[in-house]
Amino acid sequence: MNRADFRRGVRDVAPLLLGVAPFGLVAGIAAANAGLDLTQAVGMSVIVFAGASQLAALDLVGRDAPLSVVVLTAVVINLRMLMYSASIAPHFRTFAGRVKAGLAYLLTDQAYALSIASYRAEESVDRVAYYLGVAATLWVVWQLTTAAGVLLGTGVPDAWGLEFAVPLVFLALLVPAMEDGPTTVAGLAGGTIAVVGAGLPLNLGLLVGASVGIVAGLLAERPLEVDATDGH
Amino acid sequence: MATSYADPLVWGVILVIGVLTYAIRLSFIGLFGYLDEIPPRLERPLRYVPAAVLAALVLPAFVTLDASGLAVDKLVAGGLAAIVAWRTENVFATMAAGMGALWAVRFLILPVL
Repeated sequence: MNRADFRRGVRDVAPLLLGVAPFGLVAGIAAANAGLDLTQAVGMSVIVFAGASQLAALDLVGRDAPLSVVVLTAVVINLRMLMYSASIAPHFRTFAGRVKAGLAYLLTDQAYALSIASYRAEESVDRVAYYLGVAATLWVVWQLTTAAGVLLGTGVPDAWGLEFAVPLVFLALLVPAMEDGPTTVAGLAGGTIAVVGAGLPLNLGLLVGASVGIVAGLLAERPLEVDATDGH
Repeated sequence: MATSYADPLVWGVILVIGVLTYAIRLSFIGLFGYLDEIPPRLERPLRYVPAAVLAALVLPAFVTLDASGLAVDKLVAGGLAAIVAWRTENVFATMAAGMGALWAVRFLILPVL
């Protein structure tokens, strides 16, 4: 393994840790609020290792939503990683199955985004070394900050409303996700329906909102495409 | 809002989410050679998953009803954080603006109104 490329991955991910660390703290605090102990909270961060889905699942578990809704919600949130897996797969194709299995476990938004940019910019980069520099660093920081969040979370008064940090993290991720017309339509529709459906039984508001948002995005594609080819 | 699910159920749900999430991650990395590309029928809706899901998580947290009606503190804090998120696309700045505004409205402004 090329040590210089590993170090380069660590260096490239460092500025992103400023966003990941508070996110991990919030995940730990949310776990404590939902009634999980330190072992369960860190266990979740190790086994699931996908922040957005962990936060959504913790919120639902804390409200005693049906476990099938909890699982389905978390899986829908993580479906985006299908795209990352497909996009990065060609770069991993020569590796042994064991290596691929390990690399896949560490796949995250940030690891994908940085690695694919580096692979495209430089043909000669050691793919495993660079990826591990980014992804393993994220893994370690995620586990440590989750644990810190649990220890912190139990000592903070309710009036501070620390759980409000959770949607704020999602908001910061939402803005870049609404990158063009149809994705903006998907966001607006999904959010609006989720607000209207907040009182739905089984806490189904999120799933219904997300589904409507996806359909709205698909419907918004066509007129915009026509506009683009019209030359107006 | 502590859960009333027993420990084994909490562990069970963590495990199931973990296994399914790992299957999603491994999918194309593991199958490359058998399945080289995402089928277009799947790829198009997948493009809208992040925006739709994240918005469905965010908006209901900002626009909420409590005993006295619309929760003003969350609405104001969410709106302000949205502007910061839009201008900076930075997680830390968004959190700082949102929590700062929430506390300002809740502890400084609402008590004197």
